[in-house]
Amino acid sequence: MTPVPHTIKKIIRETHDTFTLDLTPKDGSEPISFLPGQFNMLYAFGVGEIPISISGPAPGTRGMLHTIREVGTVTQALHKLKKGATVGLRGPFGSSWPIETSKGSDIVILAGGIGLAPLRPAIYNLLEQRDQFGNIALLYGTREPKDLLFTKEFEKWRGKLGVQTKITVDKAGSDWRGNVGVVTTSIPRVSFDPPHTIVMICGPEIMMRYSVIEMKRLGVSEDRIYITMERNMKCAVGFCGHCQFGPSFICKDGPVFRYDRIKHFFGIREI
Amino acid sequence: MKSLESILAAHPFFENLDPQYMALMTGCASNVRFEAGQFIHRQGEEANSFYIIRQGKVALEVCPPEKEPITVQTVSDGEILGWAWMVPPYHWQFDAQAIELTRAIVLDGRCLRTKCSEDHALGYELLSRLLPIIGQGMEATRMQLLDLYGTRG
Repeated sequence: MTPVPHTIKKIIRETHDTFTLDLTPKDGSEPISFLPGQFNMLYAFGVGEIPISISGPAPGTRGMLHTIREVGTVTQALHKLKKGATVGLRGPFGSSWPIETSKGSDIVILAGGIGLAPLRPAIYNLLEQRDQFGNIALLYGTREPKDLLFTKEFEKWRGKLGVQTKITVDKAGSDWRGNVGVVTTSIPRVSFDPPHTIVMICGPEIMMRYSVIEMKRLGVSEDRIYITMERNMKCAVGFCGHCQFGPSFICKDGPVFRYDRIKHFFGIREI
Repeated sequence: MKSLESILAAHPFFENLDPQYMALMTGCASNVRFEAGQFIHRQGEEANSFYIIRQGKVALEVCPPEKEPITVQTVSDGEILGWAWMVPPYHWQFDAQAIELTRAIVLDGRCLRTKCSEDHALGYELLSRLLPIIGQGMEATRMQLLDLYGTRG
């Protein structure tokens, strides 16, 4: 439960409001191991602590990447830190994407906004074992082109590794040559075999709701759909109850859930 | 080379359409091609056709006064462009511009409107197929209005 001091090894500016911190333990030990989809609690000393999904490692890095959108007091404080500064880190916590159990299946990954960050470690993991999976499709939506994350990597994934990628934005100027429309409209544009497909979704809850509806309509069963939930996580170990979601705690039982196990609570406005 | 009829028959929009109506559709259809940058129609013009995009991408744009055009939707391979030909006052609501080389099948909306008013069963068939497209567009617009991606921190 005690934050371990980590040094900011590198700061990567991703978009106008999003940045990535590459962290390494201050005592020189190896970075902790984690599973794709897990998160850490990052502590900006004197300001506060927040859950941030692990978004790496990217090739060529040895540390631990956290991609953060500047939206509140703690994230703003983290953004103000310089290379070499110290943050506290607890983790990793939570459940992970079902990579091992998905072998042999087609994979559809749906990401909205900064929701691509928690999925990136899963994408790396899938691509390291590319021959173990069937078709892989990556569908990504953001508000505007300037919000798109990891665009150079998209080109690599598409070009060399045979991943079907569809990027779409909600609105764009006339200089944008890509797709415009909500991310769910991209689903019919990629090929996969619904009964033999695993779906991983991360993004705003409403986007996930409509994505699940569309996937079910196409014939993907509920036990093959995984979503990642977000609530107000504080302790990260299931003690404080801040992130309770029905009978589950998102920090401990999630954040990645198989859809059929939480569907009765998903979309209920009081929860 | 595939015939127009076989291409139309294979499209989900015309799935299980009565053969006599299929023949009628084919009679109203022809191939068209638009270069990148070419406008297919402009906002306010009479809407007398609709398109099945075979290959390419079309941007639906709105142009606010004294501002750059904003793309609100793109339509690409296999999708339907345009339903204003079926709904009074039969005017396009957006500019449609091909943003890459686009090949499509165009159907004569004015001809189909006349046929639909003469044969209500045909009108019902076409409306039943257009309504889901209009509904999906409306649902997508609502999701865009929600500004979904601003919420996750």
